Amino acid sequence: MHGPLPLPAADVDALARRTRARRRRETLLTHASLVLGVLVFAFPIYLTLIGSTHDVNTIGRGDVPLLPGGEAIANYAQAWSAGGGRYMGVPAAGMLANSLVMALLITLGKIAISLASAYAVVFFRFPFRMLAFWLIFITLMLPVEVRIIPTFQVMVDLQLTNSMAGLTVPLIASATATLLFRQFFLTIPDEYVEAAKIDGAGPLRFFKDVVLPLSVTNIAALFVILFIYGWNQYLWPLLIVNDRSLETIVVGLTKMIGGGDAQNEWNVIMATAVLALLPPVAVVVLMQRWFVKGLTETEK
Amino acid sequence: MEKRVIFKGWALPLALLLPQLVITGVFFFWPAGQAVYQSFLREDAFGLSRQFVGLENFADVLTDPTWLDALWRSGFFSASVAFLALSVALFLAVQADKHIRGAATYKTLLIWPYAVAPAIAAVLWLFMFHPNIGLFGRMLNAAGIPWNYKLNGDQAMLLVILASAWKQVSYNFIFFLAGLQSIPKSVLEAAAIDGARPARRFWTVVFPLLSPTAFFLLVVNLVYAFFDTFGVIHALTQGGPGKATETLIYRVYTDGVMNLNLGSSAAQSVILMVLVIALTMVQFRYIERKVHY
Amino acid sequence: MATLQLRDVRKSFGATQVLHGVDLDVAEGEMIVIVGASGCGKSTLLRIVAGLEAATSGRVLIGGQDVTPLEPADRDVAMVFQSYALYPHMSVFDNMAYGLKIRGLPREQIRRRVQDAAELLGIAALLERRPRQLSGGQRQRVAMGRAIVREPKLFLFDEPLSNLDAKLRVQMRAEIRRLQKRLGVTSLFVTHDQVEAMTLGDRLVVMHQGHAAQTATPMEIWERPADTYVAGFIGSPAMNFLPATLAAGGTAARLDTNGLVLPFADGRRPGEEGRRLLLGIRPEHLRPGVGGLDLHIELVEPLGGESVLHGRLADGTALTAKLPGALHAEGPLGVIIPLEHLHVFDAQTGRRLDAQA
Repeated sequence: MHGPLPLPAADVDALARRTRARRRRETLLTHASLVLGVLVFAFPIYLTLIGSTHDVNTIGRGDVPLLPGGEAIANYAQAWSAGGGRYMGVPAAGMLANSLVMALLITLGKIAISLASAYAVVFFRFPFRMLAFWLIFITLMLPVEVRIIPTFQVMVDLQLTNSMAGLTVPLIASATATLLFRQFFLTIPDEYVEAAKIDGAGPLRFFKDVVLPLSVTNIAALFVILFIYGWNQYLWPLLIVNDRSLETIVVGLTKMIGGGDAQNEWNVIMATAVLALLPPVAVVVLMQRWFVKGLTETEK
Repeated sequence: MEKRVIFKGWALPLALLLPQLVITGVFFFWPAGQAVYQSFLREDAFGLSRQFVGLENFADVLTDPTWLDALWRSGFFSASVAFLALSVALFLAVQADKHIRGAATYKTLLIWPYAVAPAIAAVLWLFMFHPNIGLFGRMLNAAGIPWNYKLNGDQAMLLVILASAWKQVSYNFIFFLAGLQSIPKSVLEAAAIDGARPARRFWTVVFPLLSPTAFFLLVVNLVYAFFDTFGVIHALTQGGPGKATETLIYRVYTDGVMNLNLGSSAAQSVILMVLVIALTMVQFRYIERKVHY
Repeated sequence: MATLQLRDVRKSFGATQVLHGVDLDVAEGEMIVIVGASGCGKSTLLRIVAGLEAATSGRVLIGGQDVTPLEPADRDVAMVFQSYALYPHMSVFDNMAYGLKIRGLPREQIRRRVQDAAELLGIAALLERRPRQLSGGQRQRVAMGRAIVREPKLFLFDEPLSNLDAKLRVQMRAEIRRLQKRLGVTSLFVTHDQVEAMTLGDRLVVMHQGHAAQTATPMEIWERPADTYVAGFIGSPAMNFLPATLAAGGTAARLDTNGLVLPFADGRRPGEEGRRLLLGIRPEHLRPGVGGLDLHIELVEPLGGESVLHGRLADGTALTAKLPGALHAEGPLGVIIPLEHLHVFDAQTGRRLDAQA
């Protein structure tokens, strides 16, 4: 604390100097913290990226390199078309395709049935409307991991294991997406519905011509969130699929590592890890604006 | 809130609701009911007969010292992950919210780890801390610190905590940043004119105004640490060494899938469900209150 | 209480310069109103005085001391924001006490100061409430109270009344003026509202595109505006401008519209015969009569005791007149220009041309 002004001129000078020094220090500290933060989050990826460009012996010996090597093409080619040798090689190309199909089916499925049910709940009155809404709402509370074993048994009973349908359909029910669309539909002015009625448009036409175009940004935002949710599924595919041709890349990658033996083909594993990372990271970075909107709005 | 103007009819809306309701019914309510039902049953070793045992499965679970260990471990694990992920994210968000050159770039570079699956996060950390091939793992050993998370339970726990928190920071960062941006700039300026230095401004104005966000994130992080980190643990330590990183959700998996002890697994699932519902309820109560802020 | 001096204060945001060198001297206890249209730089100027914004160049002196490099906290100023900027998580008491707690005043003294200020402002009963439980007018008072308890060197007001409804605004305006006079604190008040400016300020600074177009007392600004911008900005309805040329050896002006020669009442203006001028005449100074201008009235706005007439001259120049009485009809009307109310401006620069001594 300083005394009340007016201070002697020398003190003001000293104060001014201290203020300038403090500001410089603060700016420097801010940048330093952020650079450090960025490094902490980028370094693991960097290390993996570097590892994926060296031959198997360099990494196996434990000479962890910090600069790229010359084996990138060979490693990625092997990962893409053959997989890791010690682990009965499942090519990454197939696993990536499985992950992509799974992520897209979950994403589009969730968006479609959530749009439909939110539209029904908001724009109609019918018996048991609120009951239906609450039934959907309750599912918000239980993540799939909690009820995983009984759900798995249901899948066995329905003979849905080892199928793309079994992989995706149970994950398609979505309370969050339904809530988001409901929230958004409630902000669509009543006048729009009135105008549609006066123009003689029915509910389906109103949906197609008015509601859907208005929802485009919300759909884009949800798409990012749900695509990542779908791509990153782990426990569910682990349980449902043991047919290697349906393996997803995230599960396949950890199976390649197994117990983490030093003798693993680490270079190929690292190349596969990079391939597994790339699509969801690309979606987040390229669609950053929608991503942030989607995240902060679905969760509130 | 309800719409005043609506369409007539009930067949169309029911048809629109049907897919969601069927999926919810078949894959949600049926298994949840099954879990509750099975938690009261016990199967013999060969799966030939079942008998109703009342609350015995629950009693067994709740008195099983290894389960209680897993409960305590989960608590410690979740609290550590939540604390680490929240404090780092808050610190970075406060820095990135300042008016500095390149703020947008920093934000982008801190946001993307959200896209990394927990299991992949674990793999990345394995690459760094593997005792033989990991850069830091080898550095630690070279420095005379015996590092092998595959043998040392505490090190295994530390590693799964770090990997789990690492993955969650970007999520928290985004929400803290949104929270910071919703604080009116003039309120902070008023505090500056009132004589508050940056540190004091943070603790007396920014932090209290962020507390609803922080509380919401705390619940989300606890739920994440309890359930979504299965992939981290499965990829990194498989619950080991011994049971050093076996959390409740991992225990459900081993009892149900590996040991096929369905009654116990179901009882554990039901306990977890109650736990999540309790957490979610607390959160809703809080969100309702914060609306007045 | 202190003086405030601004010396050649400039500010640029990137390539856009918003302040082009502003100078100002504020005496102890004086209330200065900075008035101008939105985007003229008035709020930026205030924020530079507060220390919330750093000037690109120039100096700010409070009490004769250069505070330019200092943080807001070290300047001992208080500010009332347009949005009030109350701390939403604190009670009214804590809102007002916050700055005093930071300065480490004894608890008892804080309580007394807050109590006194609350009573002065009539909000003593609200001290336990949160800002969200208050009406707009009450929030405004709390914001004032927060400034008053600090007993700062300088009060800064950033359009504090613009979020209030019209009636409350007039009431608070008078109250702020009374308080400021009673406390005798040097004040800077920013507004876009010319009525607020005229009624509140000891002196006004009329800002225009980052310049202080004129700094003077309200009456001086009204009677002797420094340029056509100030002349048009202050006064309602706005001053009329008529193109003319200098005539009769600088002792008169000849109107373009009808060649009428108007001799200057106060003396000759410099310049050659035929120099381009703009003659300003306020609508309320026009009088009905013949031998002046022939106005064709297009619109009559009755205000009760008087009427505002909008019309055009024969050559299409728009002219507004404010005449006493309610009964005026659309159609032709003769008006005369009282010579003692004529303002003379240079047509090129817009600067006022004063009579030569």
